Amino acid sequence: MSQKERIAGGVANYIDERTGAAKWLNKNLKKVFPDHWSFMLGEVALYSFIILLLSGTFLTFWFDPSQRDVIYNGSYMPLQHVQMSAAYASTLHISFDVRGGLLMRQIHHWAALLFMAAIIAHLLRVFFTGAFRKPREANWLIGVGLVTLGIVEGFLGYSLPDDLLSGTGIRIAEAILQAIPVVGSYIAFFAFGGAFPGHVFIPRIYTVHVLLLPGAFLALITIHLMLVWYQKHTQYPGPGRTEKNVVGYPLMPVYMAKAGGFFGIVFGVTAFLGAVASINPIWLYGPYTPGQISAGSQPDFYMGWLDGLVRMSPPIETHAFGHTISWNILIPGLIVPGILFTGMALYPFIESYISGDKREHHLLDRPRNVPNRTALGAMSLTFMMVSLINGGNDLIATHFHLSINQIMWMSRIGIFVLPPLAFVITKRICLSLQRADRDLVLHGRETGRLVMLPHGEFVEVHEPISAEKAWTLTSHEQPRAIPNVSEDVNGVAKPKAVRNKLRSRMSVANAEQAPAATATEAKELEGGHH
Amino acid sequence: MTNGNHIEKFQDPGLPEHIHRKADHDEKAAKKAERQVAILFLLSAVGTVLAIGSYIFMPQDLVIFIPIMGDQNAAQLCLGLGIAMATFFLGMGAVHWAKTLMPDTEVVAERHEFRSEEEDREAFVATVKEQGGSAGLGRRTLIKRSLGLAGGLAALTPIVMLRDLGPQPKKQLNTTSWVSGTRLVTDPGDRPIKPSDLEVGAVAQVLPALKAGEERTLENVGKDAVLLIRLNPNEFNLDSERLSWTHDGIIAFSKICSHMGCAVALYEQQTKHLLCPCHQSTFDVTRAAKVIFGPAARPLPQLAITIDSEGYLIAKQPFTEPVGPSFWERNTK
Ligand code: HEM
Ligand code: FES
Repeated sequence: MSQKERIAGGVANYIDERTGAAKWLNKNLKKVFPDHWSFMLGEVALYSFIILLLSGTFLTFWFDPSQRDVIYNGSYMPLQHVQMSAAYASTLHISFDVRGGLLMRQIHHWAALLFMAAIIAHLLRVFFTGAFRKPREANWLIGVGLVTLGIVEGFLGYSLPDDLLSGTGIRIAEAILQAIPVVGSYIAFFAFGGAFPGHVFIPRIYTVHVLLLPGAFLALITIHLMLVWYQKHTQYPGPGRTEKNVVGYPLMPVYMAKAGGFFGIVFGVTAFLGAVASINPIWLYGPYTPGQISAGSQPDFYMGWLDGLVRMSPPIETHAFGHTISWNILIPGLIVPGILFTGMALYPFIESYISGDKREHHLLDRPRNVPNRTALGAMSLTFMMVSLINGGNDLIATHFHLSINQIMWMSRIGIFVLPPLAFVITKRICLSLQRADRDLVLHGRETGRLVMLPHGEFVEVHEPISAEKAWTLTSHEQPRAIPNVSEDVNGVAKPKAVRNKLRSRMSVANAEQAPAATATEAKELEGGHH
Repeated sequence: MTNGNHIEKFQDPGLPEHIHRKADHDEKAAKKAERQVAILFLLSAVGTVLAIGSYIFMPQDLVIFIPIMGDQNAAQLCLGLGIAMATFFLGMGAVHWAKTLMPDTEVVAERHEFRSEEEDREAFVATVKEQGGSAGLGRRTLIKRSLGLAGGLAALTPIVMLRDLGPQPKKQLNTTSWVSGTRLVTDPGDRPIKPSDLEVGAVAQVLPALKAGEERTLENVGKDAVLLIRLNPNEFNLDSERLSWTHDGIIAFSKICSHMGCAVALYEQQTKHLLCPCHQSTFDVTRAAKVIFGPAARPLPQLAITIDSEGYLIAKQPFTEPVGPSFWERNTK
């Protein structure tokens, strides 16, 4: 036994004699994780969250979350002697008088963008591969909670420096609160400790940004990862991979090294961005005052779609019985996002209701093999993209020499027309990809080589595909539609006939498939050839 | 399918055979991989030296020009690049090590359905039923209901305790500092203005003059900010009342957008349109700030102005409607 082995053995013994966890630890250190690039998206989200915790803590050492008036006299000359809030002044201090302060601010902001981008990409991967199916519905719900909180957390963080741009964002948030029927003005006054902007809002959101929400994130991420651990990771279909096994690499040492290394890489990329790419240069905007505004104000991308919805909304308000209801704020600001996020949260349950599938799933779907779900995803993405693009309508107008009016009408029509169109097109693409898979299995790969047959005809040589490939392309399930049974065996009408009919209709759409190739068909074809 | 023949599916050929890496059997290749990993780790170390070195030794005000990026603070840049190198190459080294030298044979672990053995499940279901039953929640409706009541009420306390977060809005959303006779003063500068200070086509932001000893708060600015625009009087397209609220071609509107409260800051001289940069609501100055584009549903409130005995511009009367975004209690005719 070498010196090192003796030490390692000693450590293992020491731990076991104090916890009795030898069996459990041994099992978990050998835990197998499947490998795929798309499984790293969740990891990127996790690592950027850790970067946010680290860089954010650094910033708290100097940031002063107060709206008390101060006169600036730091080293940024253009704002010398200007009256501003302590929050804004301390952000200037971090940017210009703390070594590495600006770098940390920029790392923090880039990490926030990366965090949101990674969660969204991770969510899409989970959606399009069906990883949310039983038994992983709870993790899907936690995930939806994480995106929602992520948007809020990002908005609050962005609002803390109290510059002209972020103050305008707060003003808009206040208007949304104020627009809530019956209790809106009360909620706004309670949140702001009186009339807007007041002196308490920034200190209050500071507590939420650095304590409450990060705590919630930590709790949710911990449960999220414990569930991934306990339920074991899903895997893509392929030879040797079944619903009953996990094929991959053990946690120790391969996964530890790769995951730790990957954290370093993500950190390095974020630090690089923070070093070379300026983001949110608040000193250019000036301190917040409600009477001024900086032109071309743009929120971060994860808020941009909301802004785009608000921008395209028609100018409708109801005035009746001495009260006002601002549909132009409520619909894009609260109602539509509410419906979208609720629908997203409920999706696993809706799909299982429609397909009648209550079984466990550990093998992922190839998106083309679930045309309906994939089309639905493309539809939602299109909706988001139209909103997001309209959120930059002023920039697009100047860039492409269009009038804002033209862009607004394109968006207003596009938001209704393009998502359904995306649904139809995506579904067709999926079905034709399925047919292409079928052809590939039955007829083999086109080689581009032509040969002349004895009677002079030219044919292209097709090369049969491997058994592994054939299995991968044909092993997926072919769902069946739930029939619409409106009467029982005795001809008595069943209750809930309308609901059954609707479910059956959706189920038919959901089960639409190009049949996978079978070995029998392949053999028959081969027989025909000779 | 209908002919009753058995349809044969493709069979799972099983896990493909493992292909070994060069470093697994070639000691030379393994040595090479080891060197590569070491180089990556050394690059990381260089990064740390760069980071700490530039933190300590580089002057904070050294600005260097870098093509594409423009002028950059050298210390900030080197510190950032140093940290980036240090972490990135540390990570790359670990990943390269794992990929080339750590065991890469795929391992197959079994997975079991989560659903337990029927026997265990039934026992569990029975326990839940029995334990729930022995507490008697089902039978003891009085307990069930009073528990529900108590629990529900207890949850109210934390909500009620948020009451002191702020005062009631009362009439605050309906009023501004403008009263009849308030002088219009420049912002910034706080100087009273005469009509002659504004040329035709010009815009100015004004605020109500402060009374002695008063301080201007941001809450006031958020409601009081007003834009003055001077046109040729014959360019107006107003009813007689609104026309009488103007003075010598000068018209005054609340600067706080009637949509969501941004400052309506852009004035287009040719079209005589006011534009809010937040969501592009556009208001026609000649027609009392009628909304001609965008999500705003109401015109900007107009402030009636005239001049006092010394010839300075003053408010004729307070705003006749609340300024800024809508709210439930807003009562418009
Ligand atoms: C802070 C944000 C998040 C972090 C740190 C995080 C982290 C992770 C990690 C590391 C994994 C394992 C590897 C992987 O499949 O990528 C995972 C799995 C999973 N995540 Fe997330 N995630 C986050 C947000 C989300 C969101 C937004 C959703 C969806 C709405 C989601 C749903 C899931 C599900 C269902 C699994 C299990 C998938 C499987 O086993 O294949 N997560 N998460
Ligand atoms: S706040 Fe002015 S258009 Fe929305």
